[in-house]
Amino acid sequence: MGEWTFIALLFVISLILPAVPILAGRILGPRKPNPLKNSTYECGVETVGDTWVQFDVQYYIFALVFLVFDIEVVFLYPWAVAYGQLSLFGVVAGIVFIVTLAEALLYAWRKGALEWV
Amino acid sequence: MGDIFTTIYNFLLSLLIGLGADQVVADAIITFLAAAVLATCVLLILIFNIWLERKVLGRIQDRIGPNRVGPYGIFQTVADLTKLLTKEIIIPSGADLVPFFLAPILMVASVILVWAVIPFTGKTIGTDVNIGVLYFVAVSSLGIMAVLLAGWSSNNKYALLGAFRAVAMLVSYEVPMILMLLVPVLLSGSMRMGEIAAAQSIWYVFSMPLAAFIFLIAMTAEIGRSPFDLLEAESEIVAGYQTEYSGFAFAMFYAAEWAHAFTMCALVATLFLGGWRGPGAEQYPTLGFIYLAIKIYVVYFFSIWSRGTLPRIRIDHVMSFCWKFLIPLALILIVLTTLVDKIAQILLINRFPNYLSMATPADMLPRAGILLAVNLVVGLVAIGWIALVGRRERRHQTAAEHPASVEAGMATR
Repeated sequence: MGEWTFIALLFVISLILPAVPILAGRILGPRKPNPLKNSTYECGVETVGDTWVQFDVQYYIFALVFLVFDIEVVFLYPWAVAYGQLSLFGVVAGIVFIVTLAEALLYAWRKGALEWV
Repeated sequence: MGDIFTTIYNFLLSLLIGLGADQVVADAIITFLAAAVLATCVLLILIFNIWLERKVLGRIQDRIGPNRVGPYGIFQTVADLTKLLTKEIIIPSGADLVPFFLAPILMVASVILVWAVIPFTGKTIGTDVNIGVLYFVAVSSLGIMAVLLAGWSSNNKYALLGAFRAVAMLVSYEVPMILMLLVPVLLSGSMRMGEIAAAQSIWYVFSMPLAAFIFLIAMTAEIGRSPFDLLEAESEIVAGYQTEYSGFAFAMFYAAEWAHAFTMCALVATLFLGGWRGPGAEQYPTLGFIYLAIKIYVVYFFSIWSRGTLPRIRIDHVMSFCWKFLIPLALILIVLTTLVDKIAQILLINRFPNYLSMATPADMLPRAGILLAVNLVVGLVAIGWIALVGRRERRHQTAAEHPASVEAGMATR
């Protein structure tokens, strides 16, 4: 528990440190809002329609592929820590796991999920 | 002990106990002070780093760089910050206020938190948690969340597009980065940053140069530097997710970006360049701190150098470079190194009983040699293969466009 107190304290401090200048900027800086100034920037043209539109499904697919990899790589860490004590069989077992991972990548690749359109 | 951090700790402890504080209370106060000093230093050093970067970039581009404020322009950043403080923080109409202001704060926090697990000397580290590497991965993901928050809450199409693009890229390059973070863990058998640094009698960059190189590329993408500076490709999406930020809210993004670059360089120095290790660093821990600083700035210089030299890559190229080259290469590298290293360990354990030991460079030498050989073979094959594919593709393109030039032998370039 003791070693996490430092991180907890650091987390609180690291939130306060950037929050204070922003607050100071709000207080010290000028504040003269007008509708034209507050309108969203779009190279001098008025914005048409809603900003929060439907987005390209490609981003979602990349996020999905990433999720698969991220979780599976986290499973590799215990294997990596124990690597020094593992027998050849244990290492091969880990490699089979990585090959399964690679197969998922190959599948996504062949399906065209990795193409940026 | 000649360690300056231990001396300060002992001084503060005796001071607080002399003032009538309990041992537990005194320890708590010192922990708080250490956290505060660490977080402040990470932000304060930016004043120097930003000046350094602008100066080096200026020299690369055949300019002088900042030279007006203070000697050699060293107070340029201070002047810039003062100017930003007098600027209005404009809140765009229709913005979602809570995430709008939470984003820059989270961004800075995600960078500062990483420093908790970076060992400064053999003994001084914020906190040596037993899952240090995983902690870094978790904390740095906070920054990606902040990018999405900023883009979503700004009510600006450029910001939203920039955020989507940035998140897609950051998330993709996190995979090769995490895969290459496995390498120091594999070799040192620990996820504690302190132990990883201490285990490098021979720096991992010498035994696993390809892993270090892939990590460096992924890191450059993570910090959004050229050639991967698509996060704020000004010619395409204005300023990306930070389009609507001004004043000190913008300054926090700016600070987080620079601090992130510096932090990643510190990570490279710790994981692959031996961290605080160097001649005499074990007897005099303060020396280790100086070694670490030198290593960080060497990596940082390379980061500035690549920024000043390489042009921006197209977004689809960035993505396919990651998914179709870096990740397969990283997977192949891990499979081959673990397999060869384990077989070599079984075969050579009789001749080199200290094969797995990391105590002295001489102990590590046979293992480092084998790993280096695997790395070089994989690296050369990968480079050769990609050169071959590229040449074939260029030849096809030239043949389609100018059929006559193929006979003239121009396409072979």
